[in-house]
Amino acid sequence: MQLSTKHLLGIKDLQLRDIELILSTATQFKEVLQRPIKKVPSLRDTTIVNLFYENSTRTRISFELAEKRLSADTLNFSASGSSVSKGETLLDTVNNILSMKVDMVVMRHSATGAPHFLAKHIPVAIVNAGDGINEHPTQALLDAFSIKEKLGKLEGKKIVLIGDIMHSRVALSNIYLLKKAGAEVMVAGPPTLIPKYISQAFHVRVEYNLRKALEWCDVANVLRIQLERQNQVLFSSLREYSLAYGVNKKLLDSLNKEIVILHPGPINRGVEINSDVADSNQSIILQQVENGVAVRMAVLYLLSNKQSFT
Amino acid sequence: MQTILNKYQLQITIERLACQVIENYVDLSSVVLIGLQPRGIFLADKIFEQLKKIKPGVQFQYGKLDITFYRDDIRKELHEPNQTEIPFSLEDKIVILIDDVLFTGRTIRAALDAILSYGRPKKVELCVLINRRYSRQLPIQPDYCGKSIDSIISQKVKVEWDKEEVNLY
Repeated sequence: MQLSTKHLLGIKDLQLRDIELILSTATQFKEVLQRPIKKVPSLRDTTIVNLFYENSTRTRISFELAEKRLSADTLNFSASGSSVSKGETLLDTVNNILSMKVDMVVMRHSATGAPHFLAKHIPVAIVNAGDGINEHPTQALLDAFSIKEKLGKLEGKKIVLIGDIMHSRVALSNIYLLKKAGAEVMVAGPPTLIPKYISQAFHVRVEYNLRKALEWCDVANVLRIQLERQNQVLFSSLREYSLAYGVNKKLLDSLNKEIVILHPGPINRGVEINSDVADSNQSIILQQVENGVAVRMAVLYLLSNKQSFT
Repeated sequence: MQTILNKYQLQITIERLACQVIENYVDLSSVVLIGLQPRGIFLADKIFEQLKKIKPGVQFQYGKLDITFYRDDIRKELHEPNQTEIPFSLEDKIVILIDDVLFTGRTIRAALDAILSYGRPKKVELCVLINRRYSRQLPIQPDYCGKSIDSIISQKVKVEWDKEEVNLY
């Protein structure tokens, strides 16, 4: 029983049975997190470095907690305050850390493909915690876990991703996963934020009208405007974005059904989502965060077997 | 193949084990049954049913434990975990671990580690249907035992609940 890949670089490389294995293992780890002593000894022989070249709250804490719950030793590296400011390259940084006998690397980097590059040069397992505008596989996995928890299954369910699709690694990973799992996927947002040929490339529906998108879907995954990744003006103002594409309670109440709301965080209250939605009982945003630890525990557990006492 | 327990013997043994489990304890509210995944839960189900018959007024607490994350062979092979359901604390309780076959003892060692995550039990006892004598790799012995048998390592003991017999292959 193991994954078909040595690393978790993206959902693109995973098979459906890998995804199912991760989600079912995550269910058992979620039970561990309800116990009085929330620890299992499975990874006590493993040292993991969290290599974060980009800011993060949720993902980094979630990975660190997952590692500690598995009894692994953790090292946290953030680029600011390290020798990266003195010009040390990515490969040098990693090789130096690996010389101290680190067994796994969890990495977030602003350059698309950074973990793929690293995977060619170092022998240990790598978990991609987000690379540029490419993928964020553990986020898609925990989104899928949360939807499955709420609705029972993914197959046949209609999920819309709303917002800055073009720059969102959460969107791409979700599209890969949901398509593999047999769900129906739609992307919605302003035309400037949706890649031109996305429907042909990934067989997803495209919708520029928010109301129509919400009327179609069972689940809405609301994404943040990735201002830090846009180097051109792609919409007139945040206020105008929120008027056309912000999800608010009045809009949700006017639909003839109750849809489930997800958001990967951090939320820009009043922009892509209003507080009355984010804090409502249709939103499973906090459950996503809770499930994130269990899903990451499952990923680290399943990837750890690749080292053996040779 | 050799039949160790036939249908009648299996039934009688389960009845006897259930009686033995409770004969030592006056206050049954502090006795907790924990069936080990994946195969001990079937025996634990049967013992639980039997106990409800013998003592209909008593509410026995019954849980299921999966020990996959506590195994010591994790670097040889990864196992897929089954469900753990222990919706109560084990603090100060008398825990009866129930498994179908006691072989090397490593599963029970893992179970002892696992239950410590649920509190400090007053006492832990082990109840097994079949004890494969002289096959132990750790110093662990049952408190309640259906039948002790001699076997060699290459043999397998299968508790076949559908046929209601225990066979040695």
